[in-house]
Amino acid sequence: MIIWLSLLMTLLFGQSDQLSVEEIIVAMDNNLNAKSRIMKSKMIVKGRRSTRTIESKNWVVGANKAFTEYLSPPREAGTKMLKLDDKLWTYSPQTDRVIQISGHMLRQSVMGSDMSYNDMMEDRPIQDLYNATLEGSVNMNGRKHWILYLEAKIDGLSYPKRRSWIDVEYLLPMKEELYAKSGKLLKTAAMDGVKKIQDRWFPSRFLYKDELKRNSKGTEWVIEDISFDMNIPSNRFTKAMLRK
Amino acid sequence: MLLKIAIKNLLGARLRTILNVFVTSFSFFIILLMSGMYDGMLQHAKNVTIDTEIAGGAYWHPNYDPLDPMSFEDSHSLIPNKIQSLIDKKDAFPVLVNQVSIYPGGRIMPAILKGIPPNQDIVKMPSTSLNSYKDGTIPVLIGKGMAQSTKLNVGDSFTIRWLDINRTFDANEGTVVHIMDTENFKIDMGHIWIPLNIAQSMFAMQDQATYVTYKKNLKEIADNTDWLHRDVDFLVKDMEAIIEADKPSVQVMFIILLSLAAMGIFNAQVLSIFRRGREIGTLMALGMTRLRVVALFTLEGGLNAILSAFATLIVFGPFLWYFSMSGIPLPIDYTEMGLIMAKRLIPVYSAGLIFSTMILVSIIVLIVSYLPSRKISQMKPTDALRGKAIT
Repeated sequence: MIIWLSLLMTLLFGQSDQLSVEEIIVAMDNNLNAKSRIMKSKMIVKGRRSTRTIESKNWVVGANKAFTEYLSPPREAGTKMLKLDDKLWTYSPQTDRVIQISGHMLRQSVMGSDMSYNDMMEDRPIQDLYNATLEGSVNMNGRKHWILYLEAKIDGLSYPKRRSWIDVEYLLPMKEELYAKSGKLLKTAAMDGVKKIQDRWFPSRFLYKDELKRNSKGTEWVIEDISFDMNIPSNRFTKAMLRK
Repeated sequence: MLLKIAIKNLLGARLRTILNVFVTSFSFFIILLMSGMYDGMLQHAKNVTIDTEIAGGAYWHPNYDPLDPMSFEDSHSLIPNKIQSLIDKKDAFPVLVNQVSIYPGGRIMPAILKGIPPNQDIVKMPSTSLNSYKDGTIPVLIGKGMAQSTKLNVGDSFTIRWLDINRTFDANEGTVVHIMDTENFKIDMGHIWIPLNIAQSMFAMQDQATYVTYKKNLKEIADNTDWLHRDVDFLVKDMEAIIEADKPSVQVMFIILLSLAAMGIFNAQVLSIFRRGREIGTLMALGMTRLRVVALFTLEGGLNAILSAFATLIVFGPFLWYFSMSGIPLPIDYTEMGLIMAKRLIPVYSAGLIFSTMILVSIIVLIVSYLPSRKISQMKPTDALRGKAIT
């Protein structure tokens, strides 16, 4: 019955605005992912009593290589992170040591934010990870959005279910709900400040929130500067760069 | 003969003897009490740990390290057949361990989740309380310490978030069904206990376990798998190490007390030799060899130790007995410091402890009695008779 209903929904809404669900997902992936990108961003971690701002510079190639260097505050400056496939290393100048983050540590929050290392690492294209179903459309902030329900098609994803509100024009998930296997809402993500950058729509601000935490104000991630499809030397993604 | 003279001399010295004996017996008492307290502490910690946690011993998954929570997610597998047969005979029970995040009152906290068969009766834990709750949420048993740090009460619900075997997030509500009052912080602080079958289905680890605890007085089974046998001695090692690490500070106090007693006796001996020159000369003139005179004075000192032992028994014995019966109330709760300690600490005086303390005190007293007496061997009887003592 559920399968029939979802098929009916897909038939009813899936072809709207001349895009199928798969095409929406591909378009969304194309907007969010690039061959490479270099960006400067700041993460604003809103705690109960205080707010911390952490600035960083990121170099990303595809979905498997990423290098982050933290620029401020002074306590975090010089901390670096390297992601190669499913491995993550961090370097802390205070200890002058490179540590591989693995196993349970990947579930820990990054710099006290509402994002875990796992969240940071899972940036593969959605079309490779989830099966999507169009649930309908809704108007949010005066703009039309499609509601997509995504279910994992592979094992080992942090969030096996998610619901995305895709802006019809920007083809970006302006709001997302990330669910546990049981269906419990774990996190929400929202984006705004969409700008046209190098022929693609890209948000300049993300807001992540751990929904299990009461009174959580979430973590803001503001993109200050971003450029796509740049040439990044391959030595950027080596462990030697962590100590430089 | 010598003993008779020594006793007469000791009794004749009156106040000096009383003071020496009192100081020595007080040292005796403090050493016995403090050592008894440490032995009592260790004994209590062992008993509590055995009763509530380790029973006869355990078989661990080879990757399991209770001190390294990071090891938990790789420390589970199907239970080897021979160990499983112990579980089937109800001689053992399996426990599945994993790390989770809990959200009591909306705050995130890391916790160690342990799945335990509710009907086990091998360790003294109120695990049967996990049977009593059936409202769709996960029944949770926590300790008093954990309840305090999480501000949870019986009936309170909170979210538990975990990663299953495929590293996929899952979450559900847990409800506190019972708060156990246990002295064993190792099953309390940072721990939440749930039924084993629920834990196995949560983590998608059907029939798997991290360790298996078996009954007391069972022999180790010859197991061919890589699961590790851990006996009681191994499992209480950390406890012994904590108590051993605390001993040096008390040993300093023992040294000070013994030094005080030894100084009193040493002082009395030096004074005796100085003041009892004529007596020494007379004894020598009457034919007593120097060696026997030295022996007499050493014996006098040594008798202090024996009198002290009796004085300890008579004067301090009732205190020692009282403490061993009703315990010594402790002013603070040591469980928060990571020690298993009773609210009233009951000292344990073993025969070995009493004997070794007596030997130690006696040897020290004999040494400090002999050292000044050696000077007698340098005295001339004529000088001694004239009252000329060696200075």
